[in-house]
Amino acid sequence: MNSIVCVKQVPDPEAPPASFRIDSATNRMVPAAGVKPVLSPFDEYAIEAALRLKDAQGGKISILSLGKNLALDVVKKSLSMGADELYLLQDDAFEGGDSYSTAYALSLAIKKLGKFDLIFCGRQAADWDAGQVGSGIAELLGIPSITVASKVEAADGKARVERVLPDGREVVEVDLPALVTVSNELGEPRYPTLKGIMAAGKKPVTVWKASDLGADPAQLGRAGAKTNLLKLYAPVRETHCEIVEGETPEEAGAKMALRLRQAKLL
Amino acid sequence: MANSGIIIFGELGAGRLSSITLELLGAGRKLADALGQELAAIFLGHPVDPVVREAIAFGADKVYTIDNPALQEYLTEPSVAALEAACRQLSPEVLLLGQTAVGRDMAPRLAFRLGTGLAMDCVHLEVQADSRLLVATRPVYGGNALAEMTCPSARPQMATVRAKSQEALPRDDSRTGEVIPLSVSLPSSRSRLVERVRQEAAGVKLEDAEIIIAGGRGIGSAEGFQTLEELARLLSGAVGTTRAAVDANWRPSSDQIGLTGKIVAPTLYVAIAISGASQHLAGCSGSKNIVAINKDPDANIFKAAQYGVVGDYRKVLPAFLNKVKELLETS
Ligand SMILES: Cc1cc2nc3c(=O)[nH]c(=O)nc-3n(C[C@H](O)[C@H](O)[C@H](O)COP(=O)(O)OP(=O)(O)OC[C@H]3O[C@@H](n4cnc5c(N)ncnc54)[C@H](O)[C@@H]3O)c2cc1C
Repeated sequence: MNSIVCVKQVPDPEAPPASFRIDSATNRMVPAAGVKPVLSPFDEYAIEAALRLKDAQGGKISILSLGKNLALDVVKKSLSMGADELYLLQDDAFEGGDSYSTAYALSLAIKKLGKFDLIFCGRQAADWDAGQVGSGIAELLGIPSITVASKVEAADGKARVERVLPDGREVVEVDLPALVTVSNELGEPRYPTLKGIMAAGKKPVTVWKASDLGADPAQLGRAGAKTNLLKLYAPVRETHCEIVEGETPEEAGAKMALRLRQAKLL
Repeated sequence: MANSGIIIFGELGAGRLSSITLELLGAGRKLADALGQELAAIFLGHPVDPVVREAIAFGADKVYTIDNPALQEYLTEPSVAALEAACRQLSPEVLLLGQTAVGRDMAPRLAFRLGTGLAMDCVHLEVQADSRLLVATRPVYGGNALAEMTCPSARPQMATVRAKSQEALPRDDSRTGEVIPLSVSLPSSRSRLVERVRQEAAGVKLEDAEIIIAGGRGIGSAEGFQTLEELARLLSGAVGTTRAAVDANWRPSSDQIGLTGKIVAPTLYVAIAISGASQHLAGCSGSKNIVAINKDPDANIFKAAQYGVVGDYRKVLPAFLNKVKELLETS
């Protein structure tokens, strides 16, 4: 079972909202000091899904990551967790793109990698929250896609994928090769072990540029984007919070009930 | 040929137009009027429930239906192929879907198939005065920022729309319009549904509840939610939660509120031991009143709340519950 996992480096999405800044001149988010880059959390679940298949039946896991200023210790976490090889798509030509041009570049890299049974992506990246690239890669490669998975099993050229629904679950069987996007209901991704971290140092890391992929420049980065970002800004939230106090927490709780009754909310 | 018209993708629930469909019709009507174009709704199924005609009373000029055995249960490939065929026949200017389980699965594949741009999970839609382009506003970075996007040249301009972000129109049965079946041929699907299990909500459905009692990681255990359950029962409300409590297996994922959970907008949202991460607020910031109980005075939830108590919920909540009981008994 050979898998490819696409991962993205993002500014820590769990950083305190108060630290969030935007540069309105460039329409970009500026990571505050102390906000570290991390693997987008759902992508770690995607790696975990691939590792569980590998644990069960062997095979190879290749990691693909497209981005600028990738911190090697961040993207290498995938290798420390147990993946086998890492490919970095780094080129100014990939910059300024949208879901379309990003999926295009990743799909070319996947074609170059050659044979695979499953591609895994996180259900959405924690920066732009679009949830398009996974399905987009599948569409460009002409393979089926199953989204928001909580469990993945594979045998005999087919995968059985459990999907999370708003009020339940469903199981879908799909012909391989296929692409699966993974949600947190899969269960916690493993932590890299010390042994894993040591082993990762010896695993191959390859950098590909646009020219290595034989990409059509008109479809890459800004030129290939189908959408245009007009404006990026912080929403104005103006609420005033009335703190209800008491001599004791119990008294404060009781007074809150009275206050809500007074406001006709109870 | 120039593209024209707004099409919304309609969904049904419990034999009725789902609330997101009514909201899409409301939003679509405004865009159609601004552009001076028609608004149509499209429904897929097998058979297609005749109730889809009601889309006309809620704002549509036309209703298209695609009835095909492959569309009886939702699967990605036949549904994408059906909408693709409809777009090729009808050449719409704008196509809107709900940010629902089906919409978020289908929209990206369809956009890539049609070679067009897509804005996901939008909360605001508007026609730009000079360019006549659709400007779609979507929360990004978990809700810490808003992005205004356009799709300058490819068509249709596509967007998925967040639940409860748009107003439905009041039903007007005097409106008239046609229901038009489309015939399309669909490829065979490379995926098959093995089983689908739906959990029925025990009490009030989270999305419909007027009062929600939500607890987060600070509740500390599954048992800790018992007081929240009791309070919710007392107030005919529902219990909601954060992803942290779902990941800890204290609550089912169907209780999760937020960016990747449910979107709720109750009259009263009581957030207990919830820090107020932007991804959680994405699902509840439409609430009319938020009450926060948190032991950390600097917790972000107090920035979104109208009323707050700073303290240990283990002490605050039982006293709150008792007072609520007392108030309900004496009134
Ligand atoms: C892409 C993405 C999507 C996400 N989608 C969602 C989503 O849909 N929904 C969601 O909820 N999250 C989502 N998250 C996760 C989110 O970022 C937060 O991690 C999560 O909401 C935190 O949950 P919490 O508030 O329960 O926990 P914490 O942030 O740990 O907060 C616990 C709070 O409890 C308080 N507390 C502790 N003990 C007590 C006590 N005894 N009495 C009173 N207060 C106490 C603490 O002061 C703290 O404020 C998403 C994250 C990402 C990256």
